[in-house]
Amino acid sequence: MSEEVIKKPKRKKSKSQLMASALLDKAYQETIEAKARGEKIGWSTSLFPQEIAETLGLHIVYPENHGAAIAAKKLADPFLQYAEAHDCNNDLCSYAKIDLAYADILDCDASNMPRPDFLLVGNNGCNEITKWFELLSRKYNIPLFMVDMTYNHQDHVTKSRTKYIRAQLEQLITDLCELTGQTWDPDKFAEIMKISTINRNLWEQVADYLAIVPSPISGFDLFNYMGPMVFTRGRTETADVLRQLIAETEENIKNGKSTFPAKEEFRVFWEGIACWPYLSHNLKTLKKYGINVCATAYARAWSLDYTPGDLDSLAAAYSFTSSNNILLEESVRRRKEWNEKFHIDGTIYHVNRACKVMVCQQQELMRQVSEACGGLPYMSFDGDQADYRNFSEAQFEQRIEAFAETMRNRKEALKNG
Amino acid sequence: MLTLGIDIGSTTSKAAIIENGHKVVAKNIIPVGTGTRGPEEVFKSVLDQLHIKRNDINRIVATGYGRMKFEHADRELSEISCHGKGVRFLIPDVRTIIDIGGQDAKVLQLNDKGLLENFIMNDKCAAGTGRFLDVMASVLDIDINDMGPRSLQADAPVSISSTCTVFAESEVISRLSNGENINNIIAGIHRSVAKKVGGLAIRLGYTDHVAMSGGVARNIGIVKAMEEELKCPIAVHPDCQLAGAIGAALFAYDDLTKK
Repeated sequence: MSEEVIKKPKRKKSKSQLMASALLDKAYQETIEAKARGEKIGWSTSLFPQEIAETLGLHIVYPENHGAAIAAKKLADPFLQYAEAHDCNNDLCSYAKIDLAYADILDCDASNMPRPDFLLVGNNGCNEITKWFELLSRKYNIPLFMVDMTYNHQDHVTKSRTKYIRAQLEQLITDLCELTGQTWDPDKFAEIMKISTINRNLWEQVADYLAIVPSPISGFDLFNYMGPMVFTRGRTETADVLRQLIAETEENIKNGKSTFPAKEEFRVFWEGIACWPYLSHNLKTLKKYGINVCATAYARAWSLDYTPGDLDSLAAAYSFTSSNNILLEESVRRRKEWNEKFHIDGTIYHVNRACKVMVCQQQELMRQVSEACGGLPYMSFDGDQADYRNFSEAQFEQRIEAFAETMRNRKEALKNG
Repeated sequence: MLTLGIDIGSTTSKAAIIENGHKVVAKNIIPVGTGTRGPEEVFKSVLDQLHIKRNDINRIVATGYGRMKFEHADRELSEISCHGKGVRFLIPDVRTIIDIGGQDAKVLQLNDKGLLENFIMNDKCAAGTGRFLDVMASVLDIDINDMGPRSLQADAPVSISSTCTVFAESEVISRLSNGENINNIIAGIHRSVAKKVGGLAIRLGYTDHVAMSGGVARNIGIVKAMEEELKCPIAVHPDCQLAGAIGAALFAYDDLTKK
């Protein structure tokens, strides 16, 4: 008998998935071409007000997004090894390790980012990124423009904080115009904010499909569309991708189908960043027990809610979007709301070795969310957003199996009163 | 009706045969685990105890780290579920189970019907697991089975501050070179494990009906340290190490009789 291994064909990508990948490829390519034309290009943190650069027609790439893509394509190893051989501690954020190595190598088998001419930093995701970008600034001897987004100690962004962030954004506009020789066009800015808001609303619409039971979408699929939401959420092409996804989902609803490749037994909230190097393994394991990821705070961080034309509301939205920049009470409040809206049966916590900020309050978050939601089951697993060495497939599988049992027991107990 | 459960761990292989879902009629433990002769040997030994063959067993469930590699099984199940069920069989009123195996430590919460309600496990670090104790026994050059009784003779347990296996090993070596009494060092090691694993129980929440299972539960010094840490009595059944295999055999019985 033939020894040949017959591989199961991969699931065919949908048109919207192909459009999303093509849009990302185009954005990277345009940045490379802009650099070749002698234009100044920037590297930016992922939750930075892209509206300003987009208004000025500047080409920006996102190292975090780039690191995630490298990790998801299983290309991270040489970068991680290089970083650790060149003074990066193993405990650093794995996106930082990959990018600091990439900054030296400037070449990979995924999309490439050209050498930057300026840096844009928002510390609304974490503070380590400020230091990471400072290193880049010193290495390349290029300017770094930072917007201090202020941690929110209240359940809203205060007026004084909004004023403080707005003042920095106004200064940023002046500085970027001076650096690039571009002229500021307030009408175009209003238009970009409008486009970004349309994309935000479409993104929300997509996420809201997950509230349907059973869901017409596999929640893990949304991770595949995050690229455009991070990278090109100020562009009309992103709306085309999302509208295509909506059309595909409507078609699925009409035909009683779903992109979740199994019978949906359980609906879970995924806490934290995806474990990019093991995305397909994670999905395969979850699928085995009929577990669909129907909500995540992570993907929603790019759903920035502001009023087009109103710089104050934009400043506040960027300060209040990431779970890393808000109080625990607000995090619990949001999760309780989502758990109810999306009919969640349990929470999976990714104890992400790379993201200390996200993990430091996680134990308490687990306790409080479960308590606020009537003893909602939860489990945690050790992993890493991009360093494949910090994850064990066997441990994940074992915990998911037991987790499915706890969710089943609770569902049956609730059913039987 | 005979059902068989086999628990293939990282360092030991355990098997049990249960008659009609209520009586353990054969059991054995082989001190080598997955990837060794252990699984086949323990399987054969329990069949031999009853002078029967594979086909005389109505259903087999495998659990433990090496469960996927055991070809005689009709079904594989996670050891979390099996330990919960097995301990509940051995100690019926149990609500919280602390299970310390060769390479992981877990705390299970059962509801009043004995069903798994919640669980928590150690992270990737080996501190607080059986492997941690193996390393320490080797450094101290003593039999691991002597650790429990010797720790009870300690008069002033030393503090082992590090929870990392590698660093704790250095700490123990340093204590030895300073001439510290070995019994006091062992008691300190047990306290270190109790703090690490007890922390999981405290995080998950526990009731008065606490039991320990897994091979490490046979160490009386660990049980005592854990009782001090959690400030409650801890039940240990003589067959605590077989809990996973017994639970697997009970699941096999349920498969055949329910629905």
